[in-house]
Amino acid sequence: MLDFVSTRRDVLKVGGALVVTFTLAKKACSAVAQSSAQKKTVASDEVDGFLSINADGQVALYSGKVDLGTGLRTALTQIVAEELDVPIDRVRLIQGDTALTPDQGPTWGSFSIEIGGTRIRQAAATARKALAEIAADRLGVPTTELRIESGRVTGRGRSASYAELVGSGTFSLKIDDNAPTKNPSTYAVVGKPVARLDIPEKATGRFSYMHDFHVAGMLHGRVVRPLAIGARLESVDESSVNGVPGLLKVVREGDFLGVVATTEWGAIQAARKLKATWSNWQGLPERARLWEHVRATKINSDLVTSNVGDSAKVLSDAPKRISATYDFAAQTHGSIGPSCAVVEINDGRLTSWSASQATHRLRRQLAAMMDMPLDDIHCLYIEGSGCYGRNGHEDAAGDAALLSRAVGGRPVRVQWMRADEHGWAPKGPPVLVDLRAGVDGEGRVIAWESEFFVPEGGLGPVPLIAATLAGLSTGPIPEPYRFNFPNLMAFNAAIPYTFPNITTAAHLLAETPFRWSWIRSPGRLQNTFANECFVDELAAFLGADPLDFRLGHLDDPRGAELLLRLAALAKWEKRPTPRTGVKGDVVTGRGISYVKYRLSRTYVGAVAEVEVDRRTGEINVQRFFVVHDCGQIINPDGVTNQIEGNIIQTVSRTLKEEVLFDRSAVTSLHWATYPILTFPEVPDVVIELIDRPNEPPWGAGEPAATIVPSAISNAVFDAIGVRLRSVPFTPAKVMAAIEGH
Amino acid sequence: MPTSVLLDINGRAVTIEVDDPGMPLLYALRDHLELKGPRFGCGLGQCGTCAVLLNGEPVLSCETPLTKVANKKVVTLEGLGSPEHPSPVQQAFIDEQAAQCGYCLNGMIIQATALLATTKNPTVPQIKKALADNLCRCGTHLRIIRAVQRAARNA
Repeated sequence: MLDFVSTRRDVLKVGGALVVTFTLAKKACSAVAQSSAQKKTVASDEVDGFLSINADGQVALYSGKVDLGTGLRTALTQIVAEELDVPIDRVRLIQGDTALTPDQGPTWGSFSIEIGGTRIRQAAATARKALAEIAADRLGVPTTELRIESGRVTGRGRSASYAELVGSGTFSLKIDDNAPTKNPSTYAVVGKPVARLDIPEKATGRFSYMHDFHVAGMLHGRVVRPLAIGARLESVDESSVNGVPGLLKVVREGDFLGVVATTEWGAIQAARKLKATWSNWQGLPERARLWEHVRATKINSDLVTSNVGDSAKVLSDAPKRISATYDFAAQTHGSIGPSCAVVEINDGRLTSWSASQATHRLRRQLAAMMDMPLDDIHCLYIEGSGCYGRNGHEDAAGDAALLSRAVGGRPVRVQWMRADEHGWAPKGPPVLVDLRAGVDGEGRVIAWESEFFVPEGGLGPVPLIAATLAGLSTGPIPEPYRFNFPNLMAFNAAIPYTFPNITTAAHLLAETPFRWSWIRSPGRLQNTFANECFVDELAAFLGADPLDFRLGHLDDPRGAELLLRLAALAKWEKRPTPRTGVKGDVVTGRGISYVKYRLSRTYVGAVAEVEVDRRTGEINVQRFFVVHDCGQIINPDGVTNQIEGNIIQTVSRTLKEEVLFDRSAVTSLHWATYPILTFPEVPDVVIELIDRPNEPPWGAGEPAATIVPSAISNAVFDAIGVRLRSVPFTPAKVMAAIEGH
Repeated sequence: MPTSVLLDINGRAVTIEVDDPGMPLLYALRDHLELKGPRFGCGLGQCGTCAVLLNGEPVLSCETPLTKVANKKVVTLEGLGSPEHPSPVQQAFIDEQAAQCGYCLNGMIIQATALLATTKNPTVPQIKKALADNLCRCGTHLRIIRAVQRAARNA
């Protein structure tokens, strides 16, 4: 049931067979033996890439997608247990180990079940079919008369266990896309709220996070970052750390600066005391003029994401036009545990342990930075603090690699301090959106146009800070996969509504102020905020009920069903918005929002209920009603947990979060300057899941985030008739909007 | 010069050697004693994930120097219970599936344990207030509140 982490030291050549044992962090425990004469394959088209069955009948599940604190471990275990008909406790997950698990791409995009899980299910179905065929042969019973229960194949009074059938051998089979998967009506494990496998250990302090991992002889490193993002290191005064107990070495490589000590406290003190001079650098835009800066940034290309009719002409001829501009601040990941990694280099081989959501990609980046052959680098995943995108874990591994190299390859653990994380983890980029619509004389929307100012690209590896600072290679990093979409931030720029003339275009910007990456629902969050608010603006302009308005322009029965179920759940009262006849300082309102994720996947609808204090500008989000359709549900409690998390985290992002900076660096370096939602501010969340067992399983890790800012903005408009178009909705912005109204 | 420090951790007397008796308790617990319950989050007393009970009171071990814990009883998450024998609060968190990544759970459970020691049947606003300084980034708050309520009911 637990998560196993292999360490390089446990890979032993025994009698020509490679035996891989797994240790639960430091404590050695029983082995999953791999007794093939060859190294375990990590091919993603081979059953053996994903599954093995050992002599004890234990099933090892090798997943390239990793559990980032989402419950994926449990869900993938359910899928395999179901498809192979074995008890859950007989399945062990090995995740994100470049020597053992296939490269399934980064753990991102709400794809871990949809793509990762589906692939693993097909591998298991192929294995099941093969096991039945072997059993038919071995038992002399036709497959049609065999049944499989609890890892045993039985027929005509004869039976054999999986272990007897496959022993500890390999399947040596390509994954068969046509191998029959089980009929969902027979599911006993999938679709059930199986308890998370990791919570008992997490609630009692026995679980080993990345931050707890250590190896014998491990040293402690800390980084000392430049005072300004692009500053050069001019000098280091090593005498400033004379006498710090445990300090082994001050490491300087170009502008990369760090310390290595025998104790963690020694490393912290040395990093704090080390005196260095940095050059002046003021390359960031003026914060007060950020949006002018974004608008003036060079556009490398335009990406038209939808084009219906002739919106330009119809809009210019339209009897009535409305327009609005929306913006969404730069934000940070803010995992509660700052990034952490351990690296050692031994006999020319580098081993990295980190909470990277993309260990295969990290391996390629480390190979480039360290100028080492890929084969000499081994990256392993160990679960860290919650991860919502590409945060600092890979960077910490890069830091640890340079520090380890500087001390002869001895293992070095790098733990980022809070300011390292808040200041230097990649940011969600600031996004600006212009929207226009035309209405005809009969009150019909005849044209919709939008322009999104978003950074170009965003799909490839984020350069390692250590490589950049030290002047080492950041790539290009060749990747074995290609994405079937050109840009990370342009999803959901197009809209799910059927207006007769539509143009939605993303201006792909040459640069953005901060090193950036994906944070939960990148682009889809910012774009849906603008779109779903502007739809609400149109409904209000036309005096229509916002739910009716959406339904009237939706040609999608599944989406319409979801919205009707949402109306029932939230007891939606049909009327135009804003409310009328409202009195008092504290006013309530309700707002609706809807998304079809990437216009091709999970559907989510939400109604937010808010209270606005007109004297202070404070917004109190009281309640969210959410209806969610992600197709087949693997674990309903897991999905519910993800939805609650999406809503609460995004309420935080909507109301509070904004990266602060001066011309040199990020200045919001801790929780007092980058506050997040606290217990007294958390809304109730009421959820209705639509389960469609016969449909493909779609993702649930991100989609519900997208509808939060617009639902709140629309609810505030309903309450006080003032439109909030700039995230975060701080009290100051609310007061300014009230005064400007 | 290394100094010996005598500590009372989870009912056990232990002596550790440290370079600096002003070192925060957190590093003694994690690095010297290999305890994993108390976690590093901010080192600034802002997030609550490093909390332990000191003579029954919740304190933040990241900003509590060793010099302040002499002759006091420290209880960590491990001292409350184990997967085999969880404390009532731990059991309630398990029963309510009150975790996503679980990194903040240490602080939540320590704080909830302290709350329930003095307030037998806390209201939701009392629970929220007691946990107001404990940050959770995954958005598990509602489950955590339900877990505290469940623990109160089962007490």
